[in-house]
Amino acid sequence: MSPFLRAVLALGLAFLYAPILVLAVYSFNASNLVTVWGGFSTRWYAALLADGPLLAAAWVSLRVALMAGAISTLLGTLAALALARHGRFRSRRLLTGLVFAPMVMPEVIIGLSLLLLFVGVGLDRGIVTLVIAHATFCTGFVAVVVGARLRGLDRTLEEAAADLGATPRRVFATVTLPLLAPAVLAGFLLAFTLSLDDLVIASFVSGPGATTLPMRLYSQIRLGVNPEINAASTLLVLAVTLAVLAASRLTARR
Amino acid sequence: MSGRGGQGWRARLVRLPPLLWLSAFFLVPFAITLKISLSDAATAMPPYLPVLDWHGSLEGWSSFLEALDFENYAVLWFDSLYREAALSSLAYAGTASAVLALLGTPLAYALARAPARAQALLVALVVVPFWTSFLVRVYAWIAILKPEGLLNAALLRLGVVGQPLEILNTPAAVLIGLVYAYLPFMVLPLYAVMSRLDPALREAAADLGAGPVRVFLTVTLPLAAPGIAAGALLCFIPMVGEFVIPDLLGGSDTLMLGRVLWSEFFSNRDWPLASAVAVLLLLIVIGPVVLFRDAGERGEGER
Repeated sequence: MSPFLRAVLALGLAFLYAPILVLAVYSFNASNLVTVWGGFSTRWYAALLADGPLLAAAWVSLRVALMAGAISTLLGTLAALALARHGRFRSRRLLTGLVFAPMVMPEVIIGLSLLLLFVGVGLDRGIVTLVIAHATFCTGFVAVVVGARLRGLDRTLEEAAADLGATPRRVFATVTLPLLAPAVLAGFLLAFTLSLDDLVIASFVSGPGATTLPMRLYSQIRLGVNPEINAASTLLVLAVTLAVLAASRLTARR
Repeated sequence: MSGRGGQGWRARLVRLPPLLWLSAFFLVPFAITLKISLSDAATAMPPYLPVLDWHGSLEGWSSFLEALDFENYAVLWFDSLYREAALSSLAYAGTASAVLALLGTPLAYALARAPARAQALLVALVVVPFWTSFLVRVYAWIAILKPEGLLNAALLRLGVVGQPLEILNTPAAVLIGLVYAYLPFMVLPLYAVMSRLDPALREAAADLGAGPVRVFLTVTLPLAAPGIAAGALLCFIPMVGEFVIPDLLGGSDTLMLGRVLWSEFFSNRDWPLASAVAVLLLLIVIGPVVLFRDAGERGEGER
């Protein structure tokens, strides 16, 4: 690898990480001012623990992310199986579109249109609508992660099991599913973090009493930059990073 | 098993749940949005008229249909605010996509050329920020870009500028935010393309006497061009409708469709007009989305 390419890599990673590092460093700032260093302190983390609304929002986010993660993992895995294994079927183009479009569709469109649906059918806004909305936009990401694994899977293992007399159901349960499990778990972790992170869609579909962590952080940020937001953000980044690293270990080719 | 597995009832049972769920919560909502964009705003709950009575008679249906009109689209067309918002969204997303292609291409190339042992880790390092708290990553830039922020402090100390630069709440801040937030989204697919390129082609060019720059420009770049275009498109779609970045970094007079939609909905409570903006946004991105879907389908078909 040439020194030039090394420099490109170093600069690229520095650009990606410097803002996050700055944010984390200043969360340990004793000063009230975000950009003036006043010595090391953990007072903002202590302040977090006493911040009732923020903790309540974090609890809402956690529950929503767990449920939305579970639903989208099931739906995304089924979609990946259909797309990778069913060859040609009539609704294939529709399913591909429905799986891929939500990943790139601007969030304001998804949020507004889902809200209009919920209002139209008279569903009260709250945890349930949050879970439905998040499960919908996370499904595609799970399908991509699981689909990649499915395509990399050695088909001869399944064929061998079938040749030895296993029924299709048995082949799936004893060969395919165990091989797929790490990708399914990785898909769940990614869906979980995406749900935990979403601000825009949640703002549309959530109701009073169901404020998520990003919604709470956003309303604080609108009031101005403060070190407590830095502390909360640092913890959030840490949690998400751990989940993503776990997911990428699970999907790494060994 | 290709082609045969997809027909039985068991196969249908596999694809039915995602099909039904995504139709109900992704497709049907669009139809409703379209319908409400043709309605009028009202001070009621829900705040639009007419409201369809599902059990109504035939006359009920026809009067419902008659009450729909294109008034909101006339507003979008004739009020310069919305036209400017649409144009400036396209300009922001287009410029950011171009910058992303310029920055992402060398970065993806460097990743693909990194020693095999380090590659998985390096790729993970690029991926992590993509999944990590969009809001937090945008927020981090406020403290860096504001007049008394870290960037200005550094520039002042180095003597590059005499007085703090006004960056936050300008178009430049929005562009920085867009490029920063979407860089991993650009690099990942590009890396996938570049790591699949046959190294023998590069080696052949080098053996024939081409320098590293020439090899990159005449061999790698042309082969990766479709990937670069796809990556830029992939970023362009969500960036056109971006809300968080223009809202937090762009200041109050940044015009972007996502932000206009948001304020029509949350501040003015004009749901029908917000819906019309959503339909406009959808019309802008639908072409690129279909292209992306077809690319995804080709990816799925590949074995």
